[in-house]
Amino acid sequence: MDIKAGSRLACPECSVELVVVRPPSAAVVLTCGGVEVVDAAADRPGGGHADAAGEGTLVGKRYADEDSGIEVLCAKPGPGTLAADGREVPIKGAKPLPSSD
Amino acid sequence: MNLSLLLEMSASTLEDRPAITSGSRTMTYAQLDAAARRCAAKFLSMGATGVVYCGTNDASFPVAVFGAAYAGLPFIPLNYRLGDEQLQPLVEANRGAVIIAETTQVPGADSDMIVLRSTLLDPSFSTSADVELPPFVDPEDVAIVLYTSGTSGTPKAALLRHRHLTAYVIGTVEFAGAEPEQAALVTVPPYHIAGLANLLSNMYSGRRIVYLESFDAQVWLDTLRNERITQAMVVPTMLARVVQHLDGSPADAPHLATLSYGGARMPLPVLEQALELFVGTGFVNAYGLTETSSTIALLGPEDHDAAFAGDPVAKVRLGSVGKVLPGIEVEVRDEDGNVLPVGEPGLVFLRGEQVSGEYDGGSVIDAEGWFPTKDRGWIDADDYLFIEGRADDTIIRGGENIAPAEIEDVLRRHDAIVDAAVVGIPDDEWGQQIAAVVVVAPGKSVGVDELHDYCQLHLRSSKTPYRIEFRDELPHTPTGKLLRREVLADLLG
Repeated sequence: MDIKAGSRLACPECSVELVVVRPPSAAVVLTCGGVEVVDAAADRPGGGHADAAGEGTLVGKRYADEDSGIEVLCAKPGPGTLAADGREVPIKGAKPLPSSD
Repeated sequence: MNLSLLLEMSASTLEDRPAITSGSRTMTYAQLDAAARRCAAKFLSMGATGVVYCGTNDASFPVAVFGAAYAGLPFIPLNYRLGDEQLQPLVEANRGAVIIAETTQVPGADSDMIVLRSTLLDPSFSTSADVELPPFVDPEDVAIVLYTSGTSGTPKAALLRHRHLTAYVIGTVEFAGAEPEQAALVTVPPYHIAGLANLLSNMYSGRRIVYLESFDAQVWLDTLRNERITQAMVVPTMLARVVQHLDGSPADAPHLATLSYGGARMPLPVLEQALELFVGTGFVNAYGLTETSSTIALLGPEDHDAAFAGDPVAKVRLGSVGKVLPGIEVEVRDEDGNVLPVGEPGLVFLRGEQVSGEYDGGSVIDAEGWFPTKDRGWIDADDYLFIEGRADDTIIRGGENIAPAEIEDVLRRHDAIVDAAVVGIPDDEWGQQIAAVVVVAPGKSVGVDELHDYCQLHLRSSKTPYRIEFRDELPHTPTGKLLRREVLADLLG
């Protein structure tokens, strides 16, 4: 699958939807709850994850995998947890700032 | 990443939370999202190639911004107060765009493409045609075209792509991080980068925006109380009017947690009075440029509080714009491009994902990704950035670089002076001489000799104005930036 900046991805089995902030610098398999994510416009059977291990994926959080360079923003949350080539993808630290606008 | 996603996420997560209040109307996130999609389909059915917004600040503004984004069209806000002569070339440069305006008479516009601003909020402004909104808007597409205020000449069209603006928002704002009761009062004009960045940040954080169509100190203060405003943003001219209006009495805005200011240099006496009158409110100075997708540096509440408490270092830093945001790099260089050490003033360069540095005619970003701001400034030992002003405004007298702002600050601190402009006038002996034009406070009087002595006491003699003149008022842009070229033309003419 062609993963480019701005691409919208989705978990075929749960409600997770993602937007690519930074494409990977090398080929990577991005999974949600162990299932490879697909183009958001593709068919999504939505059967759910049999074993929803992990903490799930939270809306508005950025997930970045250092090894492959891929970074995604979660647009819709779900029980599936993201992994890149099997590595759990951590939340990129928030940078709280005083409100300037 | 594109702008419509910011609203889409808030709408699906926050749904019925109030998003926008203007006048007696309040729209929820879901309603705003539906209105934006409705307008997007209509814009596409009209064959629009862009969305020009030539109107005031109200609920139609966010509908137009996100409508353009959903349609994948650039949003082009224009100053609705421009005269026909200035407006016409800008309208003609954007032929093919739908034009949202206060009147059906827009010079240079194709009448089929004019839409009255109030129409946007009307559900009948829709299309029955089967128009599909583009499923993918390329982050490389131009999201916003902004005509810069042009203090130095003809306005330039700055281009901000979706990736610049979304980098700013997702890099600095916690999604849905605002409490439901939070509300931001917005009075900055819709054709200014601060108004746009403010909209995007607040919608992403889940904070309700309250729009005031025009600024009036009493109405602004009343709205702070009535709408229980927790965040407000002003340009220096507005804060000066509020402070003058309060005339020493407390602001009585118990819910106001943060008051941010920017857009132009804040006169220190105004800020000091405001800190005294807004008890319990945290002040934030935000510095940025159109070309950097708004804020790139912040001076936060702790710095303001420390200065107000009398800390001498913090008092000096009150004249700074604070520290640059994470993800932004800054360099100060000399005229030959050499990077200068801490404390030395020079030209300010910026780099980061939110920095566009691109105009209609091309990009000014250098090979290493640095954007020349054309502002002069320096960085102190603890990374606080000080901005002296535009490099073009620097006066070079006998080989010495003199920042007009320093002299203006001294003049404004004089009891009898409310506004001051300092410019360089051509001089055969010195290259340039310093000229000051001042506005005397109502009921006060002061003479040239007295001001001359006052300047010599507070500035080096090489910085003391050679010529001082009086005027009833000085020319400013709507955000309060001094129009020095007009001051100079007046002096030379």
